[in-house]
Amino acid sequence: MEMEKKIKAGDVRAASRLIRNIEDNVPEAKATIKHIFHYTGNAQVVGITGSPGAGKSTIVDGLIEASRKRDKTVGVLAVDPTSPFTGGATLGDRIRMQRHAEDPCVFIRSLATRGSLGGLSKAVGDAIHVMDAMGKDIILVETVGTGQQEVEIINHAHTVLVVLVPGMGDEIQALKAGIMEIADIFVVNKADREGAGKLQRELMIMLDMSPIPPEGWRPPILTIGNSFKPEEFERDIEKLSNNIYQHYDHLVSSNLIGDRLRRRTMHELNEALRSSILEPVLNILVSTGELDRMVEKLLKKETDPCSLSEEVARKYLQGCI
Amino acid sequence: MVAKPGLDGHDRGARVLARCFRDAGFEVIYTGCHQTPAQIAASAMQEDVDVVGLSCLSGAHRYLFPQVVQLLREKGADDITVIGGGIIPEQDFQKLYDAGIKAIFTPGSTLDSIVDWVKKNIKPVE
Repeated sequence: MEMEKKIKAGDVRAASRLIRNIEDNVPEAKATIKHIFHYTGNAQVVGITGSPGAGKSTIVDGLIEASRKRDKTVGVLAVDPTSPFTGGATLGDRIRMQRHAEDPCVFIRSLATRGSLGGLSKAVGDAIHVMDAMGKDIILVETVGTGQQEVEIINHAHTVLVVLVPGMGDEIQALKAGIMEIADIFVVNKADREGAGKLQRELMIMLDMSPIPPEGWRPPILTIGNSFKPEEFERDIEKLSNNIYQHYDHLVSSNLIGDRLRRRTMHELNEALRSSILEPVLNILVSTGELDRMVEKLLKKETDPCSLSEEVARKYLQGCI
Repeated sequence: MVAKPGLDGHDRGARVLARCFRDAGFEVIYTGCHQTPAQIAASAMQEDVDVVGLSCLSGAHRYLFPQVVQLLREKGADDITVIGGGIIPEQDFQKLYDAGIKAIFTPGSTLDSIVDWVKKNIKPVE
């Protein structure tokens, strides 16, 4: 209860400890999350995704500035990859955002993926809730550098920015499914470089070929120039920031925000079910050594994964199967 | 968290450390060069880190390192351990220890010795 009060009062130390405990699956964190869930739903969540080095962190830094000019409080969750070999991670997103480190209205937190594959960390949903309950007006979620398939951000954000840079491939890339479909706003970054115009045209053609989405929102294509030319950069970021707020207003006025919230809630429930049903079973299998024995059986081709999992389900989920 | 306070921009060492702790299975936040002690302290609190490793090769360690400790204390975050490294003359060690720097690593320290110190002296949060 004490924790809950501190979070609601915007206490950074309490919030960052809670986020750590969520990442570490500490049971008490779950109890606090249960309470603060009721104080969430006020923040606007913006996802920023795109390939490694596309400029996501620099754009996030610009958006923090633009939001502060509008007198909005800001939360940032910046996700970087965990090593599949050592479990370690180097988290370097906040390097680009350090001019805001001392602003009490800005809370920047780095998260490692810890094995999650969708471009985010498993803790990201609850970490968004924590920042939301702290009263942050806007929460910027930066995914890991993504390829084509890491689209999990759509389960968390009201507005998704896909950041692209020139020179990453021909027009066939724009036809492909996955990340190119999830943008509410396309950002062509490093637009001073060769090929930016071509990339813009290809995106336009792609959007022309797409059916007009039911919500009637055609993703705008915005360009951002060289961040070493501060005046131009700020002007471009300001325009991007305007578009983000316009998209949110559109979601509200067209009542489509309901669909997004439903998708997010459904995803959350799915995750919660997985952690309260699958994880306890997995824990038993690991701690009893059963999992290792199952792997041995599979290696000897004595049985197959389907039969084994059905066996486990019959044993632990009595009455359902 | 690995941080470089002050105007010193020689960050090869800091990067090597960030990489070596990553390889040892740690999550390492690197804040980049040219940070003020206030930026470092605020970042350490936002990230809820266990250890801050400061790197300074410019000679300003006696001014900058204690400030980070002091700011963390003022903000009630004195449970965050601060260690330091860089070009630090031996006669400065005691002053830094007195100011609350828990360990100092100078040129010649092996990466293993730094990782081992952290593993041995930093207890995981309950």
